[in-house]
Amino acid sequence: MKTAECQFTTISGVPIEALYGPEALQGVDLAHEAPPPGEFPYTRGIHRDMYRGKLWTMRQFSGFATPEETNRRYHYLLAQGQTGLSVAFDLPTLMGYDADHPLAEGEVGKCGAAISSLEDMEILFHGIPLGDVTVSMTINSPAAVLWAMYLVVAEQQGVDWTLLSGTLQNDILKEYIAQKEYIFPPRQSMRLVTDTIEFGARHTPRFNPISISGYHIREAGSTAVQELAFTLRDGMEYVDWALERGLKIDEFAPRLSFFFNAHSDFFEEIAKYRAARKIWAHAMRERYGASSERSMKLRFHAQTAGCSLTWQQPYNNVVRTALQAMAAVLGGAQSLHTNSLDEAYALPGEQAVTIALRTQQVLAYESGVTRTPDPLGGSYFLEKLTLDTEAATNQYIRRIDEMGGMVPAIEAGFPQSEIATASYRYQCEVESGERTIVGVNRFQSVGQPIELLQIDETSARHQREKLAALRARRDNIQVRRTLDALQRAAEGAENTMPRLLDAVRAYATLGEICDSLRAVFGTYQETTHL
Amino acid sequence: MPYPIRVLVAKPGLDGHDRGAKIIARALRDAGMEVIYTGLRQTPEMIVNAALQEDVQVIGLSILSGAHNAIVPRVLQLLREKDMGDVRVIVGGIIPDEDAAALKRQGVAAVFQPGASLDAIVGFIRQDVGEGHALR
Repeated sequence: MKTAECQFTTISGVPIEALYGPEALQGVDLAHEAPPPGEFPYTRGIHRDMYRGKLWTMRQFSGFATPEETNRRYHYLLAQGQTGLSVAFDLPTLMGYDADHPLAEGEVGKCGAAISSLEDMEILFHGIPLGDVTVSMTINSPAAVLWAMYLVVAEQQGVDWTLLSGTLQNDILKEYIAQKEYIFPPRQSMRLVTDTIEFGARHTPRFNPISISGYHIREAGSTAVQELAFTLRDGMEYVDWALERGLKIDEFAPRLSFFFNAHSDFFEEIAKYRAARKIWAHAMRERYGASSERSMKLRFHAQTAGCSLTWQQPYNNVVRTALQAMAAVLGGAQSLHTNSLDEAYALPGEQAVTIALRTQQVLAYESGVTRTPDPLGGSYFLEKLTLDTEAATNQYIRRIDEMGGMVPAIEAGFPQSEIATASYRYQCEVESGERTIVGVNRFQSVGQPIELLQIDETSARHQREKLAALRARRDNIQVRRTLDALQRAAEGAENTMPRLLDAVRAYATLGEICDSLRAVFGTYQETTHL
Repeated sequence: MPYPIRVLVAKPGLDGHDRGAKIIARALRDAGMEVIYTGLRQTPEMIVNAALQEDVQVIGLSILSGAHNAIVPRVLQLLREKDMGDVRVIVGGIIPDEDAAALKRQGVAAVFQPGASLDAIVGFIRQDVGEGHALR
């Protein structure tokens, strides 16, 4: 057997010593760095009793084909004991195009549910009481529009906005950095995000207007430290813009939420979550002068690493996902998505998603890891890894500060090229066999075939027909009026949310609303960094 | 000295997940090929025009979104219309087996599914285009 160069480094390339003992923590005051859970800087968790008090929310990201079909999946998942919903939108929706736009050809309903109008949103949540179920929506560039649709559906259900609880992803910075589903240029996008944060602070006190996401940064091939550094620095950028808008830090900071990847390197991931809480708490207190503890507590959702799933021997993915999910739980996640075994191929089928949910339930109710908070705290290895992760992350954050913040750093292509280099290095390690991927570059065998969810073009036809009927039925003069008002708001400095709500209530479509905004803001084309 | 093989790496459709496309572009470049990367959200028309202007022998399409059955045949058709039928088209991404077989019947030279090694992709292009295509 060859001795792999990578054998004693984490998946991110951090060297690991032969043994960790007291000397690894020499000069470290653990009572200060990692005090009991619930105490600043929350290294060991944001609650004193953690999962003894309340388990994490089991929230499977889900959406495919039409809103009708996705609604059926939601009812199924809730019946299986899932405790929150998480909406996946298709690519045309993510890019602000209606299902009948030429660029939507072949893409409608493929990667998520197709939502082009308030009517689709009404169907998506039919029979689901929005006052009781928390809903997370993975939408970014047109997030304000989809959120407006959601708020109007709540209004129709008679649910007071102040009672609504859930999360809008709405993290545009990581789109420029990693996932690349952007429409408008960075500064105009930041204005829209700030509009939602401001609107949320005034009208939806229990709703998270943003979920600052490292997940996609990691999926794009970053290291754990890059994931953490870019995400936390993105968070600071949103804070800077909200403060600039005139909000007070403790007015909005408690509702900033985070979203991290749960990758395969078990201890590196746990250290990452612990370091995340610590760095954010210090930043909120020292950099921004927050005084509310709620502002300082970093709450996060975790999703197991989609990029770690293999096409070969897909049943192995159940095991990978279980280990990754356990890292997220040992790291103190507030909510969790576990990937399904078939996701290297397609959106998950019902049987696969049920196994994924059961994985969380086994962790929660059988494994015993929930019985005491941060059970690994005090481990020489984990504490040292947490400190090292913190130091390396802070170094990156300083570099971005020196560049003038995240928007200039993105415009210069800095995070993009750092990630591309890390991703290529990792791939070369896999190619050379230094990194083992079971079933792919070692231990190959013929895998069992699995049944896949197929989405054909009937969904697209159905969506196009509904849109045509809607355009014929609604009051088009009122639509035009609300779109004009939105355009004027976008040209000026007023908050666009009230205008977006009016346009949505008039059944203006997502595409029409985004076209109005495109006319004012323009669109963004990145310079590619290979 | 033979001319290096010229490859256009393209990312069609609305999807922005470009990790794979960028890795392939780097790997082909490291293997001595001349690589042009189109960037994101290219329509079939834009891709074929770029292939014409850059005079490439190979187009590599990276598609992860499930839109391959709409996009790839259109690229092949445009190539035929422009009398560029000798340009080889390879596809990488999340392409189910039966779709891969159908795309090959329509004229795609190779389909690389998740887990395909960079060596295999580089090797295929070298062999398919031929090391000695050179003197033009």
